Amino acid sequence: MIGVVPQGGNTGLTGGSVPLECEVVLSLENLRDIHSLDPTTGILTCDTGCILQNLLDFAAARDHLVPVDLGAKGTCQIGGNISTNAGGSFYFRYGSLHANIVGLEVVLANGDILNMGCTPANLKDNTGYDMKHLFIGAEGTLGVVTRAALLCPRLPSSRCTTLLACDSFDDVLNVLEVAKKSMGEILAAFEFIDGPTMNLVCQSRSKPLPFPSFQDCPYYLLVESHGSCEEHDQAKMDKFLNTLFDEDYVVDGIIASSLKQMNEMWYLREACNPSCVSRGYVYKYDLSLPIPEFPRFIEQLKEALSDSSLCSLDFFNWGHVIDGNLHCNIVCRDNFELNSSLKERIEHYVFEGVKGRGGSMSAEHGLGQQKRKYMPKLHRPETLSKMHDIKYIFDPNGILNPGKYLPQDYRCFERVP
Amino acid sequence: MKVLVGVKRVVDYAVKVRVQNKSVDLNNVKMSLNPFCEIAVEEAVRLKEGKQADEVVAMSIGPKQCTETLRTALAMGCDRAIHVSTDLRTDYIDLQPYAIAKIFEKVVEQEGSDLVLLGKQGIDSDCGQTGPMLAGFLGWPQVTFAANVEAKDGGIQVERETDAGTETINIPSLPAVVTCDLRLNEPRYATLPNIMKAKKKKVDTIDADSLGVDLEAHNEVLEVFEPAQRKEGIMVEDIDQLLDKLKNEAGVLA
Repeated sequence: MIGVVPQGGNTGLTGGSVPLECEVVLSLENLRDIHSLDPTTGILTCDTGCILQNLLDFAAARDHLVPVDLGAKGTCQIGGNISTNAGGSFYFRYGSLHANIVGLEVVLANGDILNMGCTPANLKDNTGYDMKHLFIGAEGTLGVVTRAALLCPRLPSSRCTTLLACDSFDDVLNVLEVAKKSMGEILAAFEFIDGPTMNLVCQSRSKPLPFPSFQDCPYYLLVESHGSCEEHDQAKMDKFLNTLFDEDYVVDGIIASSLKQMNEMWYLREACNPSCVSRGYVYKYDLSLPIPEFPRFIEQLKEALSDSSLCSLDFFNWGHVIDGNLHCNIVCRDNFELNSSLKERIEHYVFEGVKGRGGSMSAEHGLGQQKRKYMPKLHRPETLSKMHDIKYIFDPNGILNPGKYLPQDYRCFERVP
Repeated sequence: MKVLVGVKRVVDYAVKVRVQNKSVDLNNVKMSLNPFCEIAVEEAVRLKEGKQADEVVAMSIGPKQCTETLRTALAMGCDRAIHVSTDLRTDYIDLQPYAIAKIFEKVVEQEGSDLVLLGKQGIDSDCGQTGPMLAGFLGWPQVTFAANVEAKDGGIQVERETDAGTETINIPSLPAVVTCDLRLNEPRYATLPNIMKAKKKKVDTIDADSLGVDLEAHNEVLEVFEPAQRKEGIMVEDIDQLLDKLKNEAGVLA
């Protein structure tokens, strides 16, 4: 039996597209036709090897916006985004891919081609079990996604981006509350970057923050609005910012006055991951936690690892705070080798911290190779059993992306240990 | 020293414009402060911070949304603003540099400015003519493409960039017109407290028609079109094919 590993842009963060032994690597990169964008419905139909940035450009030229947007957009392919149910920065506003995928075409392990509402694509179609959802986030273990019909909203004609600095996490929570209340329907993104991470990003690009008055704050927030009327959105933004200043929830902040400044602000957020990687080996965790618990979780983790005599650890945290999604990164300074025993210790404390708070061990990055081992601890046996049943229905010989996603099961053939 | 800074509201430089009805489609398109004007504002504010300028006045010509652009200039540190109100397009279709320079001339006379700082060109019309024309109308010395400005002994010393190198020009006494180029400075971000303060700063509105200036376009725009689409490149299989294409198709190899 020969395993098959589907590959997209190879920007995944859990090793889901990395072959383990002698699998055949199936690259989707040549499936890159963009078929159409229906101007009335906004449904974009394309092959899944399309690079996300190309789709964003194509949609923008036709006044639409692809609802998923992430730092890797220049390299990642929509097929990979679908197979990992990628979240991204505008998840709060536009919803998950489960909400935005109208149809999928998938090739199964036996060569069958399933057309699940892809061609033709209808926004509403309640004619049968909605199986496409199984493939969204299945990381190539149930079938190879080859074509997608994706619902795109209209391109917002008014976008307003601000970068704010807060003194405390309580203030971050306050700003979030004010944002939801006074920006309401136009709120599109609300990201946080902690002080150490922002310093690291500035060091990496050898440029200080563009606003010297608020260096060295513990928390930075990137807040963006999307709307259809600049005048109305300005008024809402003004109200939001006035409240922040009246209530003293922010130390300072800047608003982008041009697209160039807007891009500079997003650059800071998108540089978080690459900046960490240049520092040392990164023990990376993508977690869902109750938002007020973020600082306590991080503190407890630091405490638990403070006696580590193995290496000097730096903690960098950022993420889609509005979604309760924390990207927790622990870096062994100037040491680029994986230390397995350190990893085990870190993971033990991360797991305990997340479990105790009812969070998720993988908010959006998926399971891949790295997180499949948690599955028995995360799900009841009856749940896991049903997942294995589904895998068996679609891939009885277990050739699709073996050794990933689901933990080993006696029914599934796995060529790799 | 009283400084007047020109602040133009233009299509944001990152926008991919489309041509509609023989002109650039401005509907729903993101507008921003002209990057070269932003550099001029930054330089003016630095002159004020260095105590060489007493007052910095920002001026913009255009529709009511220009007050937004002026707000940014005020947030960067200008003291007050003048909005010359007109619904004529300022991207060369209606108002052209001759008329714009004439408007500036009137305002300079009213304000008694000593130094006029402008961006070297608007990124919409790309003319680069307003500064030199204004200097001509006023009979003032001018330095264009400034990469460094230093106020010295009642005058200014300006380094200007040319294709052949940098020249240093000394203007022993003001008044003067200077247009600003990219390397002059890096404009500051407007911080939120300054944006709040900017709302309280004075913005005077003057109707363009009331200035007694001929606003007619004297040059006729015959055609506006998008540049020809670049043809897609091709991937070649091997070096032989590459050499063949370079020789026989592109004709760049003998």
